[in-house]
Amino acid sequence: MTERHSQKRMAITAAIVSGVVAGMTGLAFAAVPLYDAFCKVTGFGGTTQEATRAPDHALERRIEVRFDSNIAPDLPVEFAPSQISESLRIGETGLAFYRVRNLSERTIVARATYNVTPHVAGQYFAKLECFCFQDRTLAPGEEAELPVVFFVDPELVSDPDTTGINTLTLSYTFFRSTAAPTG
Amino acid sequence: MTHEAAHAADHHDDHRPSLWSWKRWVYSTNHKDIGTMYLIFAIFAGLIGGALSGLIRWELAEPGVGVLTQLPWIADVDAAKHYYNSIVTYHGLIMIFFMVMPAMIGGFGNWFVPLMIGAPDMAFPRMNNISFWLLPASFTLAVISMIVPGNGAYPGFGGGWTLYAPLSTSPTHHSGSSMDLLILSLHIAGASSILGAVNFITTIFNMRAPGMTMHRMPLFAWSVLVTAWLLVLSLPVLAGALTMLLTDRNFGTQFFQAAGGGDPVMYQHLFWFFGHPEVYILILPGFGMISQIVSTFSKKPVFGYLGMAYAMVAIGVIGFLVWAHHMYTVGMGLDLEAYFIAATMVIAVPTGIKIFSWIATMWGGSITFKVPMLWAMGFIFLFTVGGVTGVVLANSGIDTALHDTYYVVAHFHYVLSLGAVFAIFAGFYYWIPKMSGYRYNGFLGGLHFWVMFIGVNIVFFPQHFLGLQGMPRRYIDYPEAFTYWNHISSIGYVITAVGVLIFLITVAEMFIARRKAGANPWGEGATTLEWTLSSPPPFHQFNELPVIKPDSHH
Repeated sequence: MTERHSQKRMAITAAIVSGVVAGMTGLAFAAVPLYDAFCKVTGFGGTTQEATRAPDHALERRIEVRFDSNIAPDLPVEFAPSQISESLRIGETGLAFYRVRNLSERTIVARATYNVTPHVAGQYFAKLECFCFQDRTLAPGEEAELPVVFFVDPELVSDPDTTGINTLTLSYTFFRSTAAPTG
Repeated sequence: MTHEAAHAADHHDDHRPSLWSWKRWVYSTNHKDIGTMYLIFAIFAGLIGGALSGLIRWELAEPGVGVLTQLPWIADVDAAKHYYNSIVTYHGLIMIFFMVMPAMIGGFGNWFVPLMIGAPDMAFPRMNNISFWLLPASFTLAVISMIVPGNGAYPGFGGGWTLYAPLSTSPTHHSGSSMDLLILSLHIAGASSILGAVNFITTIFNMRAPGMTMHRMPLFAWSVLVTAWLLVLSLPVLAGALTMLLTDRNFGTQFFQAAGGGDPVMYQHLFWFFGHPEVYILILPGFGMISQIVSTFSKKPVFGYLGMAYAMVAIGVIGFLVWAHHMYTVGMGLDLEAYFIAATMVIAVPTGIKIFSWIATMWGGSITFKVPMLWAMGFIFLFTVGGVTGVVLANSGIDTALHDTYYVVAHFHYVLSLGAVFAIFAGFYYWIPKMSGYRYNGFLGGLHFWVMFIGVNIVFFPQHFLGLQGMPRRYIDYPEAFTYWNHISSIGYVITAVGVLIFLITVAEMFIARRKAGANPWGEGATTLEWTLSSPPPFHQFNELPVIKPDSHH
């Protein structure tokens, strides 16, 4: 054993490998914001886009948007779309309503998550305004109409993956907001 | 240690401490003693994990909820259902973390990597001690986790070895402390493996004997090097995901809670980014052992040595790029599925290089069918069967139908339960004369092989049929239509259990009969450095480093 010389080299190797371990641990946690950003940018898994401005033009072609609602098992509310579907021109701004009612004796703070199917269309489905952007507080027995303002991006027809799509389904699931105190 | 080594060299004396001194084991910094402890630990954990699988097969031998309701601590049918899922979970975790990994990496890796590269010991002997002793602590936590409340009053965690959120974070389903203990247990097991991996990488990079270049290093040492890198790159991601589970459960974070803006599918991505390399971690050291054994008993150097070494590197690299083939059914979109299908299929290329090179090593060789060679050939056959079903499952269209069926169970048991375990037994029968200094009874070893080979095939081959017929995993019960092959599968378990009994008898007989093995019981085919030492090797070896010449075989 060439003691002193190799001891130093071994310490360097061990330090590098430990650095890799630390780096991978960091990457595991960095994956959380990266994953979120990735879904928002690419519309991955049917993540819809948020827009501030409607497109300038609408196409002649029409598309049907269907509405779906789901409720988390532990949430005592009634939640349903006011219309089953809506047909609109691609690029045209649409308005739809969901109706929600608190069935319990307590105030509920809830939030909706959302996606569209087929998932590939997520990047072309944009919302200008949505009740799902923030928490919703419902007093006991309170009923509310929740609007969503949306459009389908005309880019949809130029993407070979989505050009054949004539029907989209927008789906919401209401959850008890976990940020609120349990009530 | 240096002082002792010098002392031993002066006197040509071994200075091996007494076998019965507890300090020798608890304070051990000797790579061979630590390797021995790893092997004993792995056998012990394997018997427990095997007993759990016995309960699974016993329960599934007949349709209906049967034997589990008879256990004294099972109150009703619902408790039995949870207990069944809990058994499945702990069977998987124990076999992976406390049997295969300790046996291959901790056991054979510790014993033979320093011997094969001509090093006196591991680079950090005290860290080696910690690596081992973290494992019993981790195992104890896992066992406690099995018996404390998990789902309501029902004991244990029942969400499968993948610990998928949101089931594992659900306050209504797994509020008990069982899951928290399991997380801590896996954290500790992970820390143990990472420390071990740092040790192996440092040892292999810095402590090779003069002339032992990387490209002259035996393939088993190569396999442990690649495995160690996989551990270093993948285990921290598991640790991160487990930490997120822990904070989601206890500290109100929302990493995997859809209601709080998190995403449960992200857990699956993180888990499988670890989980897929993990399955190569379980099999790569086996590849290394099989290469040594096939070469020894064919009396030929390994065919295509460099191709074999870099095939393992390629498997390791590609292994990090294919994780989402475990989760085709989450709805990821066709383009992504197409990528993961293609990447997964690419792994068949380096794996094929290995299989064909083993066959080419045997081709024209002077083969002797000693016990280790039987196990090695059994490994090649079983691993190939599992590999073929793996290529089938790589196709997302087929996988959508077969996802979470017994076809998947059959597939991964062929590559791991049969592949990895046969490699471990091959390595055991190859090296136990070196480790213990005694020869075992060849007839008993051969009997063990044949009984086990027949047994495991009867257990798992019918599960392909069950899966193709649509029987899902992780249920305590099944429709009567699945009875026939389930019953046969359970009979196979009994045969396998007899095989394990023969193994224990073989080991006991070997230590009772004490037939001296001699330095090299395998003859001219065994060319690696460990066979140049006595059996068992001196407590401290290579005080004068061996010099490796260019023409020596791998």
